Amino acid sequence: MHSPTNIETSWPDAIYAQFRRVGIRQVGYVPDAGHSRLIALVKDDPNIADVVLTSEQEGVGLVAGAALGGERAALLMQSSGVGNCVNMFSLLRNCGFPCVVLVTMRGEFGEFNPWQVPMGAITEDVLRLCGFLTYRIESAEAVDAIVGAGCDMAFAGNLQVAMLLSQRLIGPKVWTR
Amino acid sequence: MDAMLLDRRDFVRQLLVDRGNLLVVPGLGSATYDVAAAGDHPLNFYLWGAMGGTAMIGLGLALARPDRRVAVITGDGDMLMGLGSLATIGVKQPKNLAIVVLDNARYGETGMQPSHTDNGIDLVAVALACRFKHARVVSRIDGAADVRALLHGGEGPLLVNARIKPEDPPRVLPLRDGHAIKQRFIEALGAV
Repeated sequence: MHSPTNIETSWPDAIYAQFRRVGIRQVGYVPDAGHSRLIALVKDDPNIADVVLTSEQEGVGLVAGAALGGERAALLMQSSGVGNCVNMFSLLRNCGFPCVVLVTMRGEFGEFNPWQVPMGAITEDVLRLCGFLTYRIESAEAVDAIVGAGCDMAFAGNLQVAMLLSQRLIGPKVWTR
Repeated sequence: MDAMLLDRRDFVRQLLVDRGNLLVVPGLGSATYDVAAAGDHPLNFYLWGAMGGTAMIGLGLALARPDRRVAVITGDGDMLMGLGSLATIGVKQPKNLAIVVLDNARYGETGMQPSHTDNGIDLVAVALACRFKHARVVSRIDGAADVRALLHGGEGPLLVNARIKPEDPPRVLPLRDGHAIKQRFIEALGAV
Protein backbone atom coordinates (compact mmCIF):
# COMPACT_ATOMS: atom_id res chain seq x y z
CA MET A 1 0.00 0.00 0.00
CA HIS A 2 1.19 3.54 -0.76
CA SER A 3 2.47 5.18 2.42
CA PRO A 4 1.95 8.91 2.63
CA THR A 5 4.84 10.73 4.24
CA ASN A 6 2.90 13.84 5.25
CA ILE A 7 2.12 13.56 8.98
CA GLU A 8 -1.19 15.34 8.39
CA THR A 9 -2.38 12.36 6.40
CA SER A 10 -0.23 9.52 7.73
CA TRP A 11 -1.44 9.46 11.35
CA PRO A 12 -3.51 6.32 10.67
CA ASP A 13 -0.21 4.60 9.86
CA ALA A 14 1.03 5.53 13.34
CA ILE A 15 -2.06 3.90 14.90
CA TYR A 16 -1.54 0.81 12.78
CA ALA A 17 2.11 0.63 13.84
CA GLN A 18 1.03 0.74 17.49
CA PHE A 19 -1.51 -2.02 16.84
CA ARG A 20 1.32 -4.12 15.44
CA ARG A 21 3.62 -3.28 18.33
CA VAL A 22 1.16 -4.37 21.03
CA GLY A 23 -0.05 -7.40 19.09
CA ILE A 24 -3.63 -6.49 18.20
CA ARG A 25 -5.13 -9.51 16.44
CA GLN A 26 -8.77 -8.49 15.96
CA VAL A 27 -10.18 -5.12 14.90
CA GLY A 28 -13.92 -4.44 14.88
CA TYR A 29 -15.31 -1.48 13.00
CA VAL A 30 -18.26 0.05 11.24
CA PRO A 31 -17.08 1.57 7.97
CA ASP A 32 -16.07 5.17 8.57
CA ALA A 33 -14.48 7.81 6.36
CA GLY A 34 -12.22 9.13 9.13
CA HIS A 35 -10.90 5.62 9.81
CA SER A 36 -10.81 4.57 6.15
CA ARG A 37 -7.03 4.44 5.81
CA LEU A 38 -6.56 2.56 9.09
CA ILE A 39 -9.29 0.10 8.09
CA ALA A 40 -7.54 -0.50 4.77
CA LEU A 41 -4.22 -1.15 6.56
CA VAL A 42 -5.90 -3.60 8.93
CA LYS A 43 -7.68 -5.43 6.11
CA ASP A 44 -4.37 -5.84 4.28
CA ASP A 45 -2.73 -7.45 7.33
CA PRO A 46 -3.08 -11.24 7.37
CA ASN A 47 -2.21 -11.27 11.09
CA ILE A 48 -5.24 -9.16 12.01
CA ALA A 49 -8.83 -10.35 11.69
CA ASP A 50 -10.88 -7.40 10.48
CA VAL A 51 -14.49 -7.70 11.59
CA VAL A 52 -16.98 -5.39 9.93
CA LEU A 53 -19.92 -4.82 12.27
CA THR A 54 -23.53 -3.87 11.67
CA SER A 55 -23.53 -1.85 14.89
CA GLU A 56 -20.74 -0.73 17.17
CA GLN A 57 -22.17 -2.57 20.17
CA GLU A 58 -21.31 -5.84 18.46
CA GLY A 59 -17.68 -4.86 18.79
CA VAL A 60 -17.87 -4.86 22.58
CA GLY A 61 -18.79 -8.53 22.57
CA LEU A 62 -16.06 -9.20 20.02
CA VAL A 63 -13.42 -7.65 22.28
CA ALA A 64 -14.59 -9.74 25.23
CA GLY A 65 -14.55 -12.95 23.22
CA ALA A 66 -11.11 -12.20 21.85
CA ALA A 67 -9.75 -11.66 25.36
CA LEU A 68 -11.29 -14.93 26.55
CA GLY A 69 -9.39 -16.62 23.75
CA GLY A 70 -6.13 -14.87 24.61
CA GLU A 71 -6.11 -12.29 21.80
CA ARG A 72 -5.95 -8.52 21.91
CA ALA A 73 -8.56 -6.51 20.04
CA ALA A 74 -9.37 -2.90 19.24
CA LEU A 75 -12.48 -1.08 18.08
CA LEU A 76 -12.80 1.77 15.60
CA MET A 77 -15.91 3.90 15.60
CA GLN A 78 -17.36 7.35 15.12
CA SER A 79 -18.57 9.36 18.07
CA SER A 80 -22.14 8.42 17.16
CA GLY A 81 -21.20 4.76 17.61
CA VAL A 82 -20.27 5.32 21.24
CA GLY A 83 -23.93 5.93 21.93
CA ASN A 84 -24.79 2.56 20.43
CA CYS A 85 -22.54 0.77 22.93
CA VAL A 86 -23.60 2.09 26.30
CA ASN A 87 -25.20 -0.94 27.94
CA MET A 88 -22.81 -3.37 26.30
CA PHE A 89 -19.85 -1.48 27.79
CA SER A 90 -20.93 -2.85 31.18
CA LEU A 91 -19.55 -6.21 30.04
CA LEU A 92 -16.05 -4.70 29.98
CA ARG A 93 -16.26 -3.14 33.42
CA ASN A 94 -17.98 -6.08 34.98
CA CYS A 95 -15.34 -8.59 33.90
CA GLY A 96 -12.25 -6.42 33.54
CA PHE A 97 -11.73 -6.89 29.83
CA PRO A 98 -9.07 -4.65 28.29
CA CYS A 99 -10.49 -2.47 25.53
CA VAL A 100 -8.96 0.04 23.16
CA VAL A 101 -11.38 2.25 21.26
CA LEU A 102 -10.38 4.84 18.67
CA VAL A 103 -13.15 7.34 18.13
CA THR A 104 -13.29 9.69 15.18
CA MET A 105 -15.16 12.74 16.40
CA ARG A 106 -18.10 14.25 14.63
CA GLY A 107 -20.31 17.06 15.75
CA GLU A 108 -17.56 19.39 16.85
CA PHE A 109 -15.03 21.59 15.03
CA GLY A 110 -16.57 22.77 11.77
CA GLU A 111 -19.31 20.11 11.66
CA PHE A 112 -21.69 20.80 8.78
CA ASN A 113 -24.38 18.36 9.93
CA PRO A 114 -26.24 19.46 13.06
CA TRP A 115 -27.61 15.94 13.53
CA GLN A 116 -24.11 14.86 14.59
CA VAL A 117 -23.83 17.50 17.29
CA PRO A 118 -25.93 16.10 20.18
CA MET A 119 -23.98 12.83 20.38
CA GLY A 120 -20.62 14.38 19.52
CA ALA A 121 -21.05 16.89 22.33
CA ILE A 122 -21.48 14.17 24.98
CA THR A 123 -19.23 11.41 23.61
CA GLU A 124 -16.33 11.90 26.00
CA ASP A 125 -18.63 12.27 29.02
CA VAL A 126 -20.50 9.10 28.05
CA LEU A 127 -17.26 7.15 27.76
CA ARG A 128 -16.15 8.34 31.19
CA LEU A 129 -19.48 7.45 32.75
CA CYS A 130 -19.06 3.98 31.24
CA GLY A 131 -15.70 3.61 32.96
CA PHE A 132 -13.30 4.52 30.17
CA LEU A 133 -10.15 6.53 30.51
CA THR A 134 -10.35 9.08 27.73
CA TYR A 135 -7.61 10.90 25.86
CA ARG A 136 -8.25 13.54 23.24
CA ILE A 137 -5.90 13.79 20.30
CA GLU A 138 -5.83 17.21 18.71
CA SER A 139 -2.81 16.99 16.41
CA ALA A 140 -1.33 14.44 14.05
CA GLU A 141 2.01 14.67 15.83
CA ALA A 142 0.44 13.45 19.10
CA VAL A 143 -1.20 10.34 17.65
CA ASP A 144 1.72 7.95 18.02
CA ALA A 145 2.54 8.71 21.65
CA ILE A 146 -1.03 8.83 22.90
CA VAL A 147 -2.20 5.70 21.09
CA GLY A 148 0.88 3.84 22.27
CA ALA A 149 0.35 4.88 25.88
CA GLY A 150 -3.36 4.13 25.72
CA CYS A 151 -2.79 0.63 24.35
CA ASP A 152 -0.18 -0.10 27.01
CA MET A 153 -2.48 1.03 29.81
CA ALA A 154 -5.40 -0.99 28.51
CA PHE A 155 -3.54 -4.25 28.11
CA ALA A 156 -1.27 -3.94 31.12
CA GLY A 157 -4.12 -3.19 33.49
CA ASN A 158 -7.26 -4.67 31.95
CA LEU A 159 -8.55 -1.14 31.53
CA GLN A 160 -10.92 0.45 29.07
CA VAL A 161 -9.22 3.25 27.16
CA ALA A 162 -10.78 5.48 24.51
CA MET A 163 -8.81 7.85 22.34
CA LEU A 164 -10.80 10.60 20.67
CA LEU A 165 -9.45 11.83 17.36
CA SER A 166 -10.67 15.39 17.10
CA GLN A 167 -12.56 16.56 14.07
CA ARG A 168 -9.93 19.23 13.59
CA LEU A 169 -7.29 16.49 13.28
CA ILE A 170 -9.32 14.34 10.92
CA GLY A 171 -10.04 17.33 8.74
CA PRO A 172 -12.78 17.81 6.19
CA LYS A 173 -10.71 16.58 3.26
CA VAL A 174 -10.63 13.01 4.61
CA TRP A 175 -14.36 12.63 4.87
CA THR A 176 -15.50 14.39 1.74
CA ARG A 177 -14.79 13.39 -1.81
CA MET B 1 -48.61 -29.12 21.34
CA ASP B 2 -46.19 -28.99 24.26
CA ALA B 3 -45.50 -32.68 23.79
CA MET B 4 -43.72 -31.71 20.57
CA LEU B 5 -41.45 -29.26 22.34
CA LEU B 6 -38.20 -29.84 24.22
CA ASP B 7 -37.56 -29.86 27.93
CA ARG B 8 -34.83 -27.21 28.04
CA ARG B 9 -32.85 -28.73 30.90
CA ASP B 10 -32.89 -32.22 29.43
CA PHE B 11 -31.91 -30.88 25.99
CA VAL B 12 -29.00 -28.75 27.20
CA ARG B 13 -27.76 -31.57 29.44
CA GLN B 14 -27.65 -33.90 26.42
CA LEU B 15 -25.84 -31.29 24.31
CA LEU B 16 -23.10 -30.97 26.93
CA VAL B 17 -22.57 -34.66 27.70
CA ASP B 18 -18.88 -35.55 27.36
CA ARG B 19 -18.20 -32.02 26.21
CA GLY B 20 -14.46 -32.45 25.87
CA ASN B 21 -12.75 -29.25 24.78
CA LEU B 22 -15.97 -27.39 23.93
CA LEU B 23 -16.00 -23.69 24.87
CA VAL B 24 -19.49 -22.60 25.94
CA VAL B 25 -20.92 -19.08 26.03
CA PRO B 26 -24.41 -19.11 27.56
CA GLY B 27 -26.60 -16.03 27.21
CA LEU B 28 -28.07 -14.19 30.15
CA GLY B 29 -31.05 -15.55 32.04
CA SER B 30 -32.38 -19.03 31.60
CA ALA B 31 -29.68 -20.17 29.17
CA THR B 32 -27.04 -19.49 31.81
CA TYR B 33 -29.11 -21.43 34.38
CA ASP B 34 -29.58 -24.33 31.94
CA VAL B 35 -25.85 -24.59 31.21
CA ALA B 36 -25.06 -24.39 34.93
CA ALA B 37 -27.64 -27.10 35.62
CA ALA B 38 -25.87 -29.36 33.12
CA GLY B 39 -22.76 -29.12 35.31
CA ASP B 40 -20.51 -26.22 36.24
CA HIS B 41 -17.37 -26.03 34.11
CA PRO B 42 -14.51 -23.51 33.94
CA LEU B 43 -14.94 -23.27 30.17
CA ASN B 44 -18.43 -21.81 30.58
CA PHE B 45 -18.42 -18.03 30.22
CA TYR B 46 -21.69 -17.35 32.02
CA LEU B 47 -23.42 -14.12 31.12
CA TRP B 48 -25.67 -12.26 33.55
CA GLY B 49 -26.09 -9.21 31.31
CA ALA B 50 -24.86 -7.82 27.97
CA MET B 51 -28.14 -8.81 26.33
CA GLY B 52 -27.74 -9.05 22.58
CA GLY B 53 -23.99 -9.63 22.79
CA THR B 54 -23.68 -13.38 23.31
CA ALA B 55 -23.17 -14.38 19.68
CA MET B 56 -20.49 -11.73 19.23
CA ILE B 57 -18.57 -12.97 22.27
CA GLY B 58 -18.73 -16.35 20.58
CA LEU B 59 -17.33 -14.85 17.37
CA GLY B 60 -14.39 -13.13 19.09
CA LEU B 61 -13.58 -16.36 20.89
CA ALA B 62 -13.94 -18.50 17.76
CA LEU B 63 -11.61 -16.20 15.81
CA ALA B 64 -9.07 -16.21 18.63
CA ARG B 65 -9.12 -20.00 19.00
CA PRO B 66 -9.69 -21.61 15.60
CA ASP B 67 -8.34 -24.83 17.12
CA ARG B 68 -11.31 -25.12 19.47
CA ARG B 69 -15.08 -25.48 19.05
CA VAL B 70 -17.26 -22.68 20.41
CA ALA B 71 -20.94 -23.13 21.32
CA VAL B 72 -23.13 -20.13 22.02
CA ILE B 73 -26.23 -21.28 23.89
CA THR B 74 -28.76 -18.53 24.35
CA GLY B 75 -32.41 -17.53 24.33
CA ASP B 76 -34.58 -16.14 21.57
CA GLY B 77 -34.77 -12.72 23.22
CA ASP B 78 -30.98 -12.34 23.33
CA MET B 79 -30.63 -13.58 19.75
CA LEU B 80 -33.30 -11.18 18.51
CA MET B 81 -31.55 -8.26 20.21
CA GLY B 82 -28.32 -9.24 18.45
CA LEU B 83 -29.82 -10.09 15.07
CA GLY B 84 -27.23 -7.97 13.25
CA SER B 85 -24.49 -10.14 14.70
CA LEU B 86 -25.73 -13.01 12.52
CA ALA B 87 -24.84 -10.89 9.48
CA THR B 88 -21.45 -10.07 11.00
CA ILE B 89 -20.79 -13.76 11.67
CA GLY B 90 -21.93 -14.59 8.16
CA VAL B 91 -19.27 -12.29 6.76
CA LYS B 92 -16.47 -13.90 8.81
CA GLN B 93 -17.63 -17.52 8.29
CA PRO B 94 -16.05 -19.03 11.43
CA LYS B 95 -15.99 -22.79 10.87
CA ASN B 96 -15.78 -23.50 14.61
CA LEU B 97 -18.80 -21.51 15.81
CA ALA B 98 -22.25 -22.91 16.54
CA ILE B 99 -25.24 -21.08 18.00
CA VAL B 100 -28.05 -22.89 19.79
CA VAL B 101 -31.11 -20.74 20.38
CA LEU B 102 -33.32 -22.06 23.16
CA ASP B 103 -36.52 -20.70 21.71
CA ASN B 104 -39.59 -20.65 23.95
CA ALA B 105 -40.98 -17.67 22.04
CA ARG B 106 -41.09 -15.88 25.38
CA TYR B 107 -39.16 -13.39 27.49
CA GLY B 108 -38.81 -15.71 30.47
CA GLU B 109 -36.97 -13.35 32.81
CA THR B 110 -39.60 -10.65 32.64
CA GLY B 111 -42.84 -12.58 32.87
CA MET B 112 -43.16 -14.79 29.78
CA GLN B 113 -44.25 -12.07 27.37
CA PRO B 114 -44.31 -13.30 23.74
CA SER B 115 -41.20 -12.64 21.65
CA HIS B 116 -40.96 -12.03 17.91
CA THR B 117 -40.52 -15.74 17.27
CA ASP B 118 -44.01 -16.24 18.72
CA ASN B 119 -45.20 -14.16 15.78
CA GLY B 120 -43.48 -16.31 13.19
CA ILE B 121 -40.13 -14.56 12.92
CA ASP B 122 -37.90 -17.39 11.69
CA LEU B 123 -34.36 -17.45 13.07
CA VAL B 124 -33.35 -20.39 10.89
CA ALA B 125 -34.32 -18.43 7.79
CA VAL B 126 -32.44 -15.40 9.08
CA ALA B 127 -29.31 -17.48 9.71
CA LEU B 128 -29.45 -19.02 6.24
CA ALA B 129 -29.96 -15.59 4.70
CA CYS B 130 -26.83 -14.53 6.62
CA ARG B 131 -24.81 -17.26 4.86
CA PHE B 132 -24.68 -19.68 7.78
CA LYS B 133 -23.43 -23.03 6.52
CA HIS B 134 -26.26 -24.86 8.20
CA ALA B 135 -29.34 -24.02 10.24
CA ARG B 136 -32.14 -26.22 11.49
CA VAL B 137 -35.06 -26.49 13.86
CA VAL B 138 -35.09 -29.19 16.49
CA SER B 139 -38.16 -29.89 18.59
CA ARG B 140 -37.79 -33.54 19.60
CA ILE B 141 -35.36 -34.80 22.18
CA ASP B 142 -34.21 -37.61 19.92
CA GLY B 143 -32.61 -34.88 17.82
CA ALA B 144 -30.30 -33.83 20.64
CA ALA B 145 -27.53 -36.29 19.75
CA ASP B 146 -27.37 -34.90 16.22
CA VAL B 147 -27.15 -31.36 17.53
CA ARG B 148 -24.41 -32.38 19.94
CA ALA B 149 -22.49 -33.85 17.00
CA LEU B 150 -22.90 -30.56 15.12
CA LEU B 151 -21.45 -28.64 18.06
CA HIS B 152 -18.37 -30.83 18.05
CA GLY B 153 -17.86 -31.38 14.34
CA GLY B 154 -20.28 -29.51 12.09
CA GLU B 155 -18.84 -26.91 9.74
CA GLY B 156 -19.83 -23.48 10.98
CA PRO B 157 -21.18 -21.03 11.22
CA LEU B 158 -24.26 -22.97 12.16
CA LEU B 159 -27.44 -22.26 14.08
CA VAL B 160 -29.90 -24.59 15.76
CA ASN B 161 -33.28 -23.23 16.72
CA ALA B 162 -34.35 -25.48 19.59
CA ARG B 163 -38.05 -25.20 20.25
CA ILE B 164 -38.48 -25.58 23.99
CA LYS B 165 -41.52 -25.62 26.26
CA PRO B 166 -42.44 -22.23 27.72
CA GLU B 167 -41.75 -23.27 31.28
CA ASP B 168 -39.66 -21.77 34.04
CA PRO B 169 -37.66 -24.48 35.84
CA PRO B 170 -36.01 -23.72 39.21
CA ARG B 171 -32.98 -21.52 38.75
CA VAL B 172 -29.51 -22.97 39.05
CA LEU B 173 -27.23 -20.05 39.77
CA PRO B 174 -23.55 -20.27 38.81
CA LEU B 175 -20.75 -17.80 39.57
CA ARG B 176 -21.88 -14.20 39.24
CA ASP B 177 -18.61 -12.31 39.69
CA GLY B 178 -17.60 -11.31 36.16
CA HIS B 179 -13.90 -11.09 36.94
CA ALA B 180 -13.94 -14.56 38.48
CA ILE B 181 -15.86 -16.08 35.57
CA LYS B 182 -13.44 -14.52 33.08
CA GLN B 183 -10.28 -15.42 34.96
CA ARG B 184 -11.35 -19.00 35.54
CA PHE B 185 -12.14 -19.38 31.85
CA ILE B 186 -8.85 -17.90 30.64
CA GLU B 187 -6.81 -20.02 33.04
CA ALA B 188 -8.64 -23.20 32.07
CA LEU B 189 -8.23 -22.48 28.37
CA GLY B 190 -4.55 -21.76 28.81
CA ALA B 191 -4.01 -24.92 30.78
CA VAL B 192 -5.88 -27.38 28.58
